[in-house]
Amino acid sequence: MERIPILRMGRFLLVTIQVDMHDQLALTLQDDLTQRIVSDRAKGVLIDISSLDVVDSFIGRMISNIAGMSRVLDAQTVVVGMRPAVAITLVELGLDLAGVRTALNVEKGMALLQGAQS
Amino acid sequence: MKATQTSTLGSIIRKHEGEILADWLKAQSASTGRRGQAQETEQRAASKEFLAAMTEALGTESEIDTRSAAWSRVRDMLTELSATRARQGYSPSETATFVFSLKQPIFARLRADIADVQALADAFWATTLLLDSLGLMTTEAFQKSREEVISRQQRELLELSTPVVELWEGILALPLIGTLDSSRTQVVMESLLEKIVSSGAALAIIDITGVPTVDTLVAQHLMKTVAAARLMGADCIISGIRPQIAQTIVHLGVDLSQVITKSSLADAFVVALKRTGSRIEARSAKAEPAATTEA
Repeated sequence: MERIPILRMGRFLLVTIQVDMHDQLALTLQDDLTQRIVSDRAKGVLIDISSLDVVDSFIGRMISNIAGMSRVLDAQTVVVGMRPAVAITLVELGLDLAGVRTALNVEKGMALLQGAQS
Repeated sequence: MKATQTSTLGSIIRKHEGEILADWLKAQSASTGRRGQAQETEQRAASKEFLAAMTEALGTESEIDTRSAAWSRVRDMLTELSATRARQGYSPSETATFVFSLKQPIFARLRADIADVQALADAFWATTLLLDSLGLMTTEAFQKSREEVISRQQRELLELSTPVVELWEGILALPLIGTLDSSRTQVVMESLLEKIVSSGAALAIIDITGVPTVDTLVAQHLMKTVAAARLMGADCIISGIRPQIAQTIVHLGVDLSQVITKSSLADAFVVALKRTGSRIEARSAKAEPAATTEA
């Protein structure tokens, strides 16, 4: 079964979404991620969506959900690498991902998380 | 329309081509009132060519249908003429008069040549139909070329009025000038987001000094831009809010609490610099008196 890999970088987890999301994949990701946050005692989650051309309301909601779950487990979520077209689409759809922090790329996202930790 | 009428009309025009042309030109210059040697010769050439094209089209088909292939040359000529006149600043009625003033000369020849009352009425009707449809075509073409001019200017204005400038490393400024409607917001948003990606800026100052009015719709568009920039990981500061606009925003109940707002671009810039950890300060106090004594 296909899975989205979760990489560990220090106390943060990095998730790079490169394939089209569907229900099952999203559920598996949520399962895996919550497990890893607890087992690795992670303090932050970086979700890289720079390779996604299309983000619909489904993925938008999924990201919000993941952010909510992480927050409950005391980890911050940062969404990085959103493309301009995707940002415009999400705003037009009325999804502004409130409560999710954002950064331009992984490097800046990492800096943001580190800044929040210290 | 019967075939005989079309051919009669065609043959009568062909027979009296010279006279019709002379009368027509006279009618044209009388109605437009423009005098100029260059213009007159140009008009003469255009009229002559048009009349020839029309007679030719009349001869080829039994039915008069100005949308058919036989009339394509006439159509092209009219479109070309209207476009030129639209650019030269003629009014629509002046342009349409080119065709309509042909009516009277043709009617005069018809009246002289056709004895039968019934046939004469039919011929009049056929001519009227033909010239009316040609006249409408002129107006349509005129309008179309005017619209092209307008839309081109709109596009140019759109591109002119949405520059994104880099004020400092990591700080962008977007001075907005003119009313924000949805199509402009789209362009503004796109150019801002593209610039955020290319420069890697984390802060953008949107200056609305040049926006004449801010109503709920404009505010909504501003908030959309801010939200889109936030999704890309850049924070926005809105500056240049005039006292009147501040009042309107509060009266309308627009919520700008999610965004940092500053009254002037300078204030916003100071905040942005502080955020990025940079600072601008005057040169040391020592250097300053020295400079003044020299002056």
